[in-house]
Amino acid sequence: MKAKTADKIATSIIMAVAALIVLVLAGLLGYILFRGVGHISFHFLTSAPESIRKGGGIGPQLFNSIFLLVLTMIITIPIGLGAGIYMSEYAPMNRITNFIRLIVEVLSSVPSIIVGLFGLLVLVNLFGFGFSLFSGALALTVFNLPLMVRITEQGLKGVPREQKEASLALGLSKWKTITSVMLPIALPVVLTGTILAAGRVFGEAAALLFTAGMSSPRLDFTNWNPLSPFSPLNPFRPAETLAVHIWKINSEGLAPDAGQIAAGASAVLVITVLVFNFGARWLGRYMHRKFTAIK
Amino acid sequence: MKKTVILLMTLILTVTLAACGKNNNESSNSPSENASNSPSESASDLSGSFLASGSSAMQKLVEQASGKFMDKNKGVSIQVQAGGSGTGLTQVSEGQSEIGNSDVFAEEKLDADKAAALVDHQVAVVSIAAVINPAVTVDNLTKQQLIDIFTGKVTNWKDVGGNDQKIQIVNRPSSSGTRATFEKFALGQKTEDLQGSIQEDSSGTVKKLVGETPGAIGYLALSYLDDSIKKVKYEGIEATEDTVADGTYPVWAYEHMYTKGEPKAEVKAFLDFMLSDEVQNGDVVELGYIPMSKMKVKRDVAGNVTK
Amino acid sequence: MSQSLDRQKAKPHLAEEWVGKIYTFLCILFLITTIFSIVYFVASKGLSTFIVNHVNVIDLLTGLKWLPDGEPALFGALPFIFGSFSTSILAACLAAPLGFCAAVFMVEISPKFGRKYLQPVIELLAGIPSVVYGFVGLSVIVPFFRDVFPGQGIGIAAGALVLSIMILPTITTIATDALAALPKGLKEGSYALGSTRWQTIYRIVLPTTLPALMTGIVLGIARAFGEALAVQMVIGNAPHIPRSLFESASTLTSAITLSMGNTAMGSLANNALWSLALILMLMTFVFVFIVRFLEGRSKL
Repeated sequence: MKAKTADKIATSIIMAVAALIVLVLAGLLGYILFRGVGHISFHFLTSAPESIRKGGGIGPQLFNSIFLLVLTMIITIPIGLGAGIYMSEYAPMNRITNFIRLIVEVLSSVPSIIVGLFGLLVLVNLFGFGFSLFSGALALTVFNLPLMVRITEQGLKGVPREQKEASLALGLSKWKTITSVMLPIALPVVLTGTILAAGRVFGEAAALLFTAGMSSPRLDFTNWNPLSPFSPLNPFRPAETLAVHIWKINSEGLAPDAGQIAAGASAVLVITVLVFNFGARWLGRYMHRKFTAIK
Repeated sequence: MKKTVILLMTLILTVTLAACGKNNNESSNSPSENASNSPSESASDLSGSFLASGSSAMQKLVEQASGKFMDKNKGVSIQVQAGGSGTGLTQVSEGQSEIGNSDVFAEEKLDADKAAALVDHQVAVVSIAAVINPAVTVDNLTKQQLIDIFTGKVTNWKDVGGNDQKIQIVNRPSSSGTRATFEKFALGQKTEDLQGSIQEDSSGTVKKLVGETPGAIGYLALSYLDDSIKKVKYEGIEATEDTVADGTYPVWAYEHMYTKGEPKAEVKAFLDFMLSDEVQNGDVVELGYIPMSKMKVKRDVAGNVTK
Repeated sequence: MSQSLDRQKAKPHLAEEWVGKIYTFLCILFLITTIFSIVYFVASKGLSTFIVNHVNVIDLLTGLKWLPDGEPALFGALPFIFGSFSTSILAACLAAPLGFCAAVFMVEISPKFGRKYLQPVIELLAGIPSVVYGFVGLSVIVPFFRDVFPGQGIGIAAGALVLSIMILPTITTIATDALAALPKGLKEGSYALGSTRWQTIYRIVLPTTLPALMTGIVLGIARAFGEALAVQMVIGNAPHIPRSLFESASTLTSAITLSMGNTAMGSLANNALWSLALILMLMTFVFVFIVRFLEGRSKL
């Protein structure tokens, strides 16, 4: 009888905790969205920020975030895929491979502020890229790479052995087997993981403070020449992303509506992350269905 | 690497400018509120791209002014970076940026020989006032009272003429230029960080915390003051533009824009523009700074004030 | 003839194979170079405090006073180290039971509801950017603590609470995986012997999955240890060991973000901050090794 009571008590505690977690998230999201959504408008999303007047927007910051994300992914995906393929297919089973695995693990746990400082020291000052989108993208690459490697490895490990062996038996080279047989099968897993990694880029601030900088030059959205300093596409211009903008507004905001702008920008950021999350989930499921013909 | 890119940018810019200068002017419907576009068209023979980095407090001023400057000189691109006064001074000293914005004299951050290579351009004056939580019933603090508070000798507002309330210090980190100014001219001495004191680097957070925390005291540049906090007089003198300008209110500092050696033509033009009436009486005042021309007193690195 | 044809056919294959091998190898080489250069640059900067400026290592690690521009300048980083450890461990203490309960709920009690609702919710928590956590912490948790507890509201308690929500996903995900991987026979055997669910969890599931659970907790601590902006916004940043959980304190990361931009590169005050970064990095490595050790144990 006593055991049963204990069981009941424990069960209800666990249920309560689960409910608490859902409540905390609901409260958190509710708070951010409730305070911020009212401020979001087309004008807010597209216009430039104001420093002391009311009515500033987050247009350039939003663009910077997206552009930085694209840049980061252009660098991360080929390197991450390559390294992941090496780890899962080519690496011999020995001490060196073990060591590399350890290094990937270490790299994935290096705090973002350290990556930022490293970027400041090496990319910004030593290599002379300055506070720029390019420095920011490289810094973000550093801590997205381990994730990408792990995802690729996971995806390739999930490929049925028979399929791989059939391809090899047909006389295809190992590289061909990997790229045209195994990668397509692993694609759903890799893609889902990539999107989740991309979502992380969107929210990162600490590393970008020291690499991409905290200001956004005046952009001319009619100028698409990537070499012009006014062009939004120039990767060597400083750029303030949305997450950094929130941090800055909170700390230095002079505009009378700084609080609302911060709330609005936070809401936009959270909504974007939600979209990324659900998008990744949906895409993963969709592709899984499509490729495996499971209804 | 960077030099090639800049060279390329400049080249392309000049070519584009030469080719379609007219076209540019017609199609640019950029939001330039001031109608001062007409005289500038002829004067825009400057070109180039340069970086002004440093103090985050100065970023808005430089950014606004550079926006106007770029409207007038279409060939010039100015990038304004905030990373702190120390970063700005390091970068200008090592040639990574053309202008280093700083809240303090370069001598206070850099080694003497490095600082000697930099040329100081003072563009505005910032005044700092002690602020308290609005619920505290104190209007005036003497220098000695402030020292007692910030060194922890006095921990309750009733000892300096207020209500019975614990004092909560909201300070800046010891590396902050604002703190250096406040300690030098309001307290006349350096202070240690006290147990339990709050430290925030940014004015916005200081304002928020002083406004919300009962019994809080902090200090802010005049541009950040509003109704959520209460400005206190210093030795009976209120911090206003006039009291700072005639030297009766002592807690102020210059905003510096350092260049390494004598600046290039376009950088020089921009620095001159910073001191023009348009910026001095416009953006400088608008952002809560005091224009250089208003100042009736001067101060050197060591803090000596001359009329 | 046929042999040469074979060779011709084999050649592009071979070339392809080599391209692939070299390409992937270069990628992994890039990764290795990156981590080594991070370690090298941070270490060379961080060590210059001791080598160039002759600050004593022991003084830095055990000193209680941080006066970078005092006369004489003192660099005692113990308050920061203490702050980092206490916030992250406290955060793990808050998050671990929650994470464990959530995992049990998802695996043992209501897999259907858990997988469908609780898991996405927890993954969403991981996706919320840290600045937003800091923002919410400063505008909700700090005022709440200020009203309810004696003190200023900011401090280790506020920092730990914000961090605990941030690391909850890490701990929960690893705990869920560990519970799900448990052999079915183990639990069924226990049920067959007449144990209740709680007895099974408490006596069988918990002890067997303990190393994996610990891994999750250590990873959570590691993440909390390195988090910068959210903590800096709510902890108060006084360079002292606080007397209570609700008094202004500092962590390694908050000290770095607070002063890095204000100090000139190469100056003593700046080098000292790099030393803090070095300590932070070394601690991260220690956490990774602990995780490795625990993972080795859980395989047994």
